[in-house]
Amino acid sequence: MIQRTLLAAILLCVLALPGLTADRFIILQSTTSTANSGLLDEILPKFTAASGITVRVVAVGTGQALKNARNGDGDVLLVHATTAEQAFVADGSGVARHDVMFNDFVVVGPADDPAAIAGSADVLDALRRIAAATAPFASRGDDSGTHKKELSLWASAGIDPVAHSGAWYRETGSGMGATLNTAVGMAAYALTDRATWIAFANKADFKIVSQGDKRLFNQYGVILVNPARHPHIKADDGQAFIDWLLSAPGQAAIAAFRKNGQQLFFPNAGRP
Amino acid sequence: MQEALEALGLAGRLIVSMDGDVLEIVALSLQVSLTAVAVSCLIGLPLGALLAMTRFRGRNVLIVLNNALMGLPPVVVGLAIYLAISRAGPFGVFGLLYTPTAMIIAQTVLVLPIVTALARQTIEDLNAEYDDYLRSLGLGIGGRLRTLLWDGRTGLITAAIAGMGRAIAEVGAVIIVGGNIDHVTRVMTTAIALETSKGELALAMALGIILMAISLALNAATHALRGDAMRRMYA
Amino acid sequence: MLDPADEAPLLELRGLTYTATTATLLDDVSAALPATGVTAIIGANGAGKTTLLRLLAGLLTPTAGEIDWSLAGSARRTAMVFQRPVILRRSVDANIRHAIAPLGLNEAEAARRVDEALAVCRLDHLRTAPARRLSGGEQQRLALARALARKPDVLLLDEPCASLDPQSTAAIEAIVRQAAAASTAVVLVTHDIAQAQRLAAWVMFLDAGRLIEHSRAGAFFAGPQTAEARDYLAGRLPPIAPGDEGS
Repeated sequence: MIQRTLLAAILLCVLALPGLTADRFIILQSTTSTANSGLLDEILPKFTAASGITVRVVAVGTGQALKNARNGDGDVLLVHATTAEQAFVADGSGVARHDVMFNDFVVVGPADDPAAIAGSADVLDALRRIAAATAPFASRGDDSGTHKKELSLWASAGIDPVAHSGAWYRETGSGMGATLNTAVGMAAYALTDRATWIAFANKADFKIVSQGDKRLFNQYGVILVNPARHPHIKADDGQAFIDWLLSAPGQAAIAAFRKNGQQLFFPNAGRP
Repeated sequence: MQEALEALGLAGRLIVSMDGDVLEIVALSLQVSLTAVAVSCLIGLPLGALLAMTRFRGRNVLIVLNNALMGLPPVVVGLAIYLAISRAGPFGVFGLLYTPTAMIIAQTVLVLPIVTALARQTIEDLNAEYDDYLRSLGLGIGGRLRTLLWDGRTGLITAAIAGMGRAIAEVGAVIIVGGNIDHVTRVMTTAIALETSKGELALAMALGIILMAISLALNAATHALRGDAMRRMYA
Repeated sequence: MLDPADEAPLLELRGLTYTATTATLLDDVSAALPATGVTAIIGANGAGKTTLLRLLAGLLTPTAGEIDWSLAGSARRTAMVFQRPVILRRSVDANIRHAIAPLGLNEAEAARRVDEALAVCRLDHLRTAPARRLSGGEQQRLALARALARKPDVLLLDEPCASLDPQSTAAIEAIVRQAAAASTAVVLVTHDIAQAQRLAAWVMFLDAGRLIEHSRAGAFFAGPQTAEARDYLAGRLPPIAPGDEGS
C-alpha cells in the first residue's frame, strides 16, 4: 500500500515537471547587476507581452556568462565588459555586439572612511590612497565585468593590488552582492556598479566615497550567440529580443525603470 | 537580533499569505528533491543490498569509492554535470541544461552514494542475521534481495531521509545546472542565495526558515511512518 | 552395527566428511536414513551433530563423501528449524508465506498451507501479529509452522527446545510427533536424552565426528553397544580429544 502510494507520488512528480513545455522561450545569459537590480523583472514582461516570447534569465558574472554562451548554453548575452565582448564576436562565438545602455561604477566604503577619499572625483587618486593607507578593499576576484574594470583601474593607478592579496586586498571570488556583503562585514572599500549598489539592501553605514570619474563609465552590450556555431540557438527569437531592446519601446522601458526613486540604467543604443 | 526577528515575522507572513511565488519555489524544491531521492532509492537500495550480500574482487574498492562520493562537494557535482550536459558537452544535444531534469540528475548524483552506503550498512547486518535461514529456504538472489529490502525497511527509510536532507539543502549543484531561472528552475536554496546576494538578508532568512519548516515536516512525517512500521512489524 | 534402513530409506550418507580449516568436524559417516519417523542425533558437544544437520540442509558442502538423495525422488525438499529461529520482521502469516514462496504454489494452495500450518502449530489467534513480538515458545512454533508449510521430505531440527520452558517444549514435541506420524522424516539434534527417548524411533550416536552407533531407539537406550555411548548416557565425561569443540 505504502509502496503503491509512493510510486504514484513519484510518477506525479515526474509528470508535473515544468521546463520542458513547448512554450516559446529564449535563454539570456546576463550579468548579475541587470537581474539583481530588478531591471529585467521590470522590462522582460513588456517584451513578452509584445512578442509572446518568454526570456529565461541565467544571472551570473560576466566571465561565466561569456563562457556559458561560448558553450552554446544561451541564446543571447547581456553583459558589461566591452573588450571581452568584442573578442567574443571576433572569434565567431557571437553574431554582432550592440550598445544597449550604460550606468557607472562607484567606490563604496565605510562611513568612517579610513583612507579619507570621500568626495574624491578622481578614482585613481582614491585607489592610490586606499593602497597607501592599506585600508581593506574587497575585490570580486571572479573575472566578472566589474572585476575586469577594477583591475584596469588599478593598472592605470600604477598599483599591483594582487601583490597584496590576503593583506589589505581581499579577493572574494564571488558575485557582486556577496562581495558587498563581505565588504560591509569587514569594513572594506569595494567597486560596484551603481545599479547593484542602489538596489542593495544590506548597506549598513556604507556610502559612495568616489564617483563621477569618466573612467567609471559602465557600458552594457547585447550579443546574439552565433547560430552558425551552435545550430540549436533560437536565432529568430533571440534577434527579436535584441531588436526590441534596441528599439524605442525597449529603450524607453529601460529609462523608465526606477529603484528607490532613482534611474539605474541609461539607454544609449545606436550611439557609436 | 533585530534582523532575526524581522526574518521570523517575514517568514510567518509569507506562509500565512501563501505567497504565489514562494509556493511555486517550494513546490519545485520538493518536486526536484523528492524525485532525486526516489530515483536514488530505486537504484541505491538494490545496489547497496547487492554490495552487502555479495563478495567479489574489487568490492572493497567500490565501497571505499562510494563512501568517498558521499563527501563530494555539490559544486563539483554541479560543474561535472554542467560540462556533461552543456551544449558543448557530450550530452548537449538533449538540451537538458537549465531544466529541472538537470537539477534532478545533479541531486541524484549527490544522494545516490548516501542511500547506497546506508542501505549497504543496514542490509549487511540483516544479511548476517538471516543468512542461514534464507539459505535453508533455497532462496535465489532475487528472493533474498526482496526479503532483505523489505525487512530492512525501517533502516532504509532512514537512508532515504538522509538523502532527502542532502538534496533539499544543497545549492552548489542546482544553481549551476539549473541556472536559478525565475519560474523555471528557482528552488528554495537558490532563491536564498539570490536574496543574500541582493543584500535582502531578512527575506533570505525567512526563506531559510520556511525551508527548515518543510524539512521538519518531512522528517516528522517519515518518523511517524517509520514508527508505525516498527509497531506493526517489529519486535 | 545393524542397518536401520531395512524399511524404505530416504537418503544415504556415503563416507560423509566435513573438514573446517583446523579440524575434521565430521569423519567418514555412512548411514541410511529412514523415510519416516524421528531420528535423533545425540552426542557430546563437538561430536559433529550440528555439522551433520547442516550438511543435510545443504548449508555446508561436504569435504568428501556424498549425500544420495536419489531415493527421495529428484526434488529433495528439506526444512530446517534452528535453535534460535530467525523470525522475519513481518506478521506471523507473512512469515509462513515467505517460507513457501520459493515453492511457486498457486494462491489457493498457498493459503491452504498457511491455514493448515497455523492450525497445526496453534498459532491461529496470532495470525496477523508482528512475529517478532511473539514469546520464545510461540516463535519456535512459528519456525515449525514455516517448516511444515513447505511439506518437506525431511524436517531438520537443531535443538529446537534448547531455550524453551517445559510447557513450550511439550507443545513443540506434540507438533513434531504429529509431523512424524504424517509420514515426514524428522532428524532431531538434541542434548535432551529424555526428549530423544520420548520422540525418536532411531538414534545416531556421534562421538568426535564419527558415527559410533546407529540403531533403533529402544535398543540403544536399553543397551548401548559401545563404551562411548554408555559413558555418554551415564553422564560421564568423555575422554578429551583435540579438535572437539566448534561444531
